[in-house]
Amino acid sequence: MLLLIILILSFISSYFLPWWMAAAIAFLAALFIGKTSGKAFWSGFVAIFVLWIILVLIKSIPNDNILASRVIQLFPLPHQWILLLLITALIGGLVGGMAALSGVLTRKAFSK
Amino acid sequence: MKLFKALFSIAATLVLIWALQTKFGDIPPIGDFLNPVSGFWQNAESKNLKSDENLHLEGLQGKVTIRFDEHRIPHIFAENDHDLYYAQGYLTARDRLWQMDIQTRSAAGRLSEIVGPKALDIDRYHRRMGMTYGAENTLKGMMKDPLMKTVIEAYTEGVNSYLHHLSKRDYPIEFKLLGYSPEEWKPINCAYLLKLMSETLAGGSDQFAMTNNLKRFGAKDVNDLFPDYPFHEDPIIPVGTKWDFKPLPVPRPSKDFIALMTDTIKPKERVAGIGSNNWAIAGSKSASGYPILANDPHLNLTFPSIWYQLQMTSPTVNVYGVSLPGAPCIVIGYNQKISWGVTNVDADILDWYQVKFKDNKKNEYWYNNKWNKTSKRVEVINVLGQKPVYDTVIYTHHGPVVYDNVSQKPKEGHQNIPVGDALRWIAHDESDEFMTFYLLNRGKNYDDYRKALTYFTAPAQNFIFASNDKDIAITPNGKMPLKYKDQGKFIMDGGDPANDWQGWIPYDENPTVKNPPRGFVSSANQSSTDQTYPYYINWRFELYDRGKRINDKLTVMQNATIDSMRLMQMDTYSMRAHDVLPAMLQYLDTSKLQPDQLKVFQIVKKWDKHFAANSVGASIFNTWWLKFYDMVWDEFKNEKVLLNVPSFDRTEKLLLTEPNSKWFDLKGTATKETCSDIVLQAFVTATDELLKSLGEPGKKWEWGNVKDTHINHLANLPGFGTGHFYTGGTGAVINALRGGNGPSWRMVVQMGPQVTGYGVFPGGESGNPGSFYYEDMFNTWRDGKLNELLFLQSADEKSSRIKSTLTLNK
Repeated sequence: MLLLIILILSFISSYFLPWWMAAAIAFLAALFIGKTSGKAFWSGFVAIFVLWIILVLIKSIPNDNILASRVIQLFPLPHQWILLLLITALIGGLVGGMAALSGVLTRKAFSK
Repeated sequence: MKLFKALFSIAATLVLIWALQTKFGDIPPIGDFLNPVSGFWQNAESKNLKSDENLHLEGLQGKVTIRFDEHRIPHIFAENDHDLYYAQGYLTARDRLWQMDIQTRSAAGRLSEIVGPKALDIDRYHRRMGMTYGAENTLKGMMKDPLMKTVIEAYTEGVNSYLHHLSKRDYPIEFKLLGYSPEEWKPINCAYLLKLMSETLAGGSDQFAMTNNLKRFGAKDVNDLFPDYPFHEDPIIPVGTKWDFKPLPVPRPSKDFIALMTDTIKPKERVAGIGSNNWAIAGSKSASGYPILANDPHLNLTFPSIWYQLQMTSPTVNVYGVSLPGAPCIVIGYNQKISWGVTNVDADILDWYQVKFKDNKKNEYWYNNKWNKTSKRVEVINVLGQKPVYDTVIYTHHGPVVYDNVSQKPKEGHQNIPVGDALRWIAHDESDEFMTFYLLNRGKNYDDYRKALTYFTAPAQNFIFASNDKDIAITPNGKMPLKYKDQGKFIMDGGDPANDWQGWIPYDENPTVKNPPRGFVSSANQSSTDQTYPYYINWRFELYDRGKRINDKLTVMQNATIDSMRLMQMDTYSMRAHDVLPAMLQYLDTSKLQPDQLKVFQIVKKWDKHFAANSVGASIFNTWWLKFYDMVWDEFKNEKVLLNVPSFDRTEKLLLTEPNSKWFDLKGTATKETCSDIVLQAFVTATDELLKSLGEPGKKWEWGNVKDTHINHLANLPGFGTGHFYTGGTGAVINALRGGNGPSWRMVVQMGPQVTGYGVFPGGESGNPGSFYYEDMFNTWRDGKLNELLFLQSADEKSSRIKSTLTLNK
């Protein structure tokens, strides 16, 4: 449930709000309906991880990945654009997970 | 405890987000750059582009229709000239915004603002050379002219109109990588582009090195080794052309110059190989009976491409060609009546003057037998992450004292700039170059062409011309100072008024030729004229090789077509090899060669003298020649001061006519070497080097593999350029492609009732590495083919090549 809410709200916000709004959404969603710390973290992580993969692919597939194939060469990594996708998704996941974890911990701090 | 955990977790999250949005050194803000919401992924352009688009833009006066062809080249149809240049600005910004920003920023000495102190030296260099000062003067000249003012302002409006509707996620990728934002376009930026051209084509100098030569070797040797007219030459204006004007009196040399040249007193770099080709044949040589014009300007090749191709139509004009991103009008192109192109003249329009200051305050300097006031200009350079740097530049009446003490001069680079000398440079003068292009774009005949040229100041260009009236012409043209012979070959005494530029060569006395009997005109940066021309332009030009080859081919050409011209642009025959290889082979004592060296000798002996991609002979000859050149002029190497090494042309003369010259003797040996000793030693060294690094002669030895040809991104970003590619050509052949330098636009135009143009540049219309139009023309260019240019006669003309339409409304 938490995962879906974060994913859908972040997806909508991505069209007109800055990227870090995903963190605010994950935080607030977990604040209200988060249960355990572990669940919240992974919901946030997976939601943004998946969302960013979707957003990347929406852009990159019609592009035949030509841009990603160039940009990966800026990194000291093997020249496989898919790595860029993974790094992007991991960063998003980490931010989402941390934000959701913060949300649920905040609620616990204020509940009896 | 719970509270602490929550706070800790929130803090960690915030730090993470902060870190992802912060630039660490050269690493871009990683979160900003990678996130799919606004990061670089947004720059990935879809292959399915919208076919029709309608936009409402402020400031337009009417409707503009833009048709895009299969290379996404825009064909603009505007109802008036204001909207035409507005649309040019708008479209150029849409495709090339970052390139426009970085080029003008670099010329203006403002790179430190975005990359920090590491760009300080280059910024100070541009400021101190007077690029800003010159751009301000040029802007004055452009804005004085009401017509140009309208054009520049409309172009600027168009660029800014695009900018105002640009959201952060749509910034070009380079802004995201470097972490800065585009800024408002200003009219002075158009002037900066002209300064950049002057810097590239006429911003180098070897006067400092030549002056050092004089001190090191004396006047006799210098006059012998650096002659004022080359050994091999085939000038642009055909030999024997009569000058139908009474020349102005030529200024007399100053006293110190005469003293310098007669050795009575002991006085205290320019990039070689910048070049281009153009030629036009008369109807008598073409299959159609109408002239054909060809042009390929050679520049440092980069992505985004140097040129932006477009067709521009309004009630006053219908022109096709290439423009410079950031400047209005078409620079090289054609309309229904005329076609034109340019190559660099290499006129001496940059001189250094030794300045004597009264004291360390440098408020006064000696000139015309009295102390004169200097002026000071404070350059404020903003530096990312630091306080601004205030740099005071002293100006004499000549211009800026680029480095007034040694500590200002950077430790690396700019070695050719003397310390304590004032710079007189044509790029500092008020000018109105865009007017030339504005008029050429609308030109109908020879008279219009001649009129347009009078507006061109710098950098002086060989303007070639062909028209439907069956006229062909060429004019080395620009504002050229009236000088005594060799004025500015060496650094001059700034105190003597006789060393000042004494006026200008009148525009109608610039060398020119119309419809010469030989049936063609051409230029390849060689000497403008033979030695009968009454004015001094420069003491050295580019080598004659390309020009000679072009003239040889055109002399015998009959029934020429577009394809004959295209093949000529790809020609790789080496005049140098033609001139020197027989002598080198003759001087080579083969009895002293080892078996594997003999094998190499057999290959080069049979070589056809073409620098073709698959040629092994070319690699051998090139290495051999360069070793020979280095050994001959060993006296010029490893000196503490910067010296100018004699030209290839002078070396050829030495080889062919002076086999016992003292210069063949190597410095470090007890024996006295002659020409044949050096030819042998050079061959052995070259061969051994090739054998050692490439193994037995074979695939690896092919010229296309030996020569490192590539096109880099403007910021040298790996993956954003082409990497090494296999191709023929070299510096002194018509297809002058070597390293990262070569034909930046190849154009061939067949005049006639239906003008047809062909052209291609390496790269594509889009500056976005994530676009399918970033390098879609590269392969065509590399393979030596040309695209037929779509020259529409009206917005409604049907063509299967039109892929989409953009309509702009007010």
